[in-house]
Amino acid sequence: MSLPSATLLAQSILSGVFIGALYGLLGLGLSLSWGMLRQINLAHFALAFLGAYLTHQLTAVAHWDPLLTLLVIVPAFFALGVLMQATFARFAITPFNSLLVTFGLTVIIESAIQAIWTADPRMLDSAYGHSKFKVGALYVPLPELLTLVFAIALALLTWATLRYTDLGKAMRAAAEDAKAAAAFGVDVRRLALLLSGASAAFAGVAGLCLALSFTLAPSQIYAWIGVVFAAVMIGGLGNPLGPLVAGVVIGVSESVTMAITAPAWAPLVSFSLLIAVLLARAEKI
Amino acid sequence: MKTVTRLSTAWTAAALLALAAAGPAQAATSGPPIRIGSTLSLTGPLSGTAIIHKIVGEIYVDQLNKKDGLLGRPVEWVVKDDQSKPDLARTLYEQLITVDKVDLVIGPYATPNIVSAMGVAQRYNKILVHHTMGIPSLAKYDMQFPAWSVGPNPETTVPNTVLDALATLPKPPKTVAIVTSKFPSVFLMSKGAQEVVKKRGLSEVLFLEWEFGNRDYGAIANRVKDAKPDFVWVGAIGLEGNQLLDAMKKIDYTPPLHFYMYPAPGPLAKLPEAKNALAASIFEQHPPFTNNPVAAEFVKLYNDRAAKAGLADNAVETQAAASFSTWQVLEAAIKATNGLNDKAMSDWLKKNQVDTIQGKLRFDKTNNYGDDLMRVKQIQNGQWVTVWPKEWAAPGAKILGQ
Repeated sequence: MSLPSATLLAQSILSGVFIGALYGLLGLGLSLSWGMLRQINLAHFALAFLGAYLTHQLTAVAHWDPLLTLLVIVPAFFALGVLMQATFARFAITPFNSLLVTFGLTVIIESAIQAIWTADPRMLDSAYGHSKFKVGALYVPLPELLTLVFAIALALLTWATLRYTDLGKAMRAAAEDAKAAAAFGVDVRRLALLLSGASAAFAGVAGLCLALSFTLAPSQIYAWIGVVFAAVMIGGLGNPLGPLVAGVVIGVSESVTMAITAPAWAPLVSFSLLIAVLLARAEKI
Repeated sequence: MKTVTRLSTAWTAAALLALAAAGPAQAATSGPPIRIGSTLSLTGPLSGTAIIHKIVGEIYVDQLNKKDGLLGRPVEWVVKDDQSKPDLARTLYEQLITVDKVDLVIGPYATPNIVSAMGVAQRYNKILVHHTMGIPSLAKYDMQFPAWSVGPNPETTVPNTVLDALATLPKPPKTVAIVTSKFPSVFLMSKGAQEVVKKRGLSEVLFLEWEFGNRDYGAIANRVKDAKPDFVWVGAIGLEGNQLLDAMKKIDYTPPLHFYMYPAPGPLAKLPEAKNALAASIFEQHPPFTNNPVAAEFVKLYNDRAAKAGLADNAVETQAAASFSTWQVLEAAIKATNGLNDKAMSDWLKKNQVDTIQGKLRFDKTNNYGDDLMRVKQIQNGQWVTVWPKEWAAPGAKILGQ
């Protein structure tokens, strides 16, 4: 094994930060619904891909600017998240059952994507796609930079909302003890709808980032589940900043692994980290 | 899901009446149809390519039925959707033989499904001609016949053909980077390329492998750029090659010479960064391939049907040509033996050659493979053109370096 050059190593670390930001962005909504609504929402990944396909459609066919698609996708996905939560509440879905139900939803969304856009892989050809700039010897691609900006902004915004606003405090109280929170006048049901809507909207934003940087295929939905789950679990459930930090750690570890050894070893990194963290936190499981 | 392509007796009669009124008499079919069964991945991840085989099969059966059918009988193709799942393909072939009682079976698409179908064909002693099986060493059944003529050792012959082509350049490559997906048929070829590179005295500066379904090609692109190879062998299947080139573009890197094992030909040709990219092929829709009138007619029909089906790339290349050849091989065996006896057809194929649009196929080497007819093509002015060997090169085309 030969040592990588400094440029290769630095570029790999930068790539790792970018891919880690996407792990964090995908993990943000998942972490919130898991930690605060007690729902293991596998459909979050399918929603992100639905968002990516909608971005692709609006950009490639209707010739919208990719960023403008958020004006449609974010409210639409918020409504979708509210509808999902209303349905879950109506049928009193338990955390374990939420895993099964959302897996079913994932399959349905995947089939719908395949029926509408076929199984053929698609790549978005946009003005952002090939934009990049150089910092010293390092290349900074614009789509990945946008992903990093979205991931940091949304994670900080969510963290600040939960920590400093009455709304956030009520959400945390409801997550801690719904009955006690309700006794203090917190409208738990409405907050759950709001939280689910926000999680789905985050999936829509992650979809835009996926469409800008990656090839889309319906079966790719499942390729992200393992590593994002690892980021969410390492980062801590319900913690808005945790998945981003954990995602970046995983992303950088994977990229450096790929720079030093065979890329095929990279997936081992995220799961080795997950196992190590779970063992270290065994008492909290 | 079931699709049946058939010219019924009633339609035949009506068509005959119309033709009799219109002018010179044409051939007719009569009797019960010959039923040929297969599965295709009409849904699932392989459906994007399997649709090519569906279109080709429909064209071929339509053409047969417009002439004499087979043995004077109409032909009916019974196609079931294996959903890109080898286990389902196995069940459906069992069903085709035991429940639908088809007369013959023909291969599905993609190596894992072909291997599944082969097991069933072997159990019932059915002949199996198949389209694009990428690992010849897995084809152990005595009555299976590959219509994609890659020879018994493509992992050696194909890299040699590619490097022979590159050796004709004014400045042939001396250093090689091999980066490859671990998709089985691709990985086999890339490992073979590694051996061939060594034997030819070239220097391997990088060998990298990634899991099929890899998301991030940035690190791989960085490694290739860092290794500074003269030639990059990309063991990619489908859009993996596009994804790698996209990642290379982000770091302002263009490989001096680059080859892609099983690319998505249409999307790769459209990519500006893929200029001068090489790939292997058995057929391209230009002379001398289209000097064959059967090939020329097929190209015309396929271009038309593929456009109507909304395919992104309507050109005939390896997949469509191998699919067409499969039907040609089956038809030749039926006509030569004047019957539907699987054993008789199998024996005949082992002793004879079949004229197909990719060239003459024979089945007398290991695992019924014959010659490696893979040629080298290159993207020139946004189009794939065959550049090697010279006798199959497009008119005026020759391999271009950087």
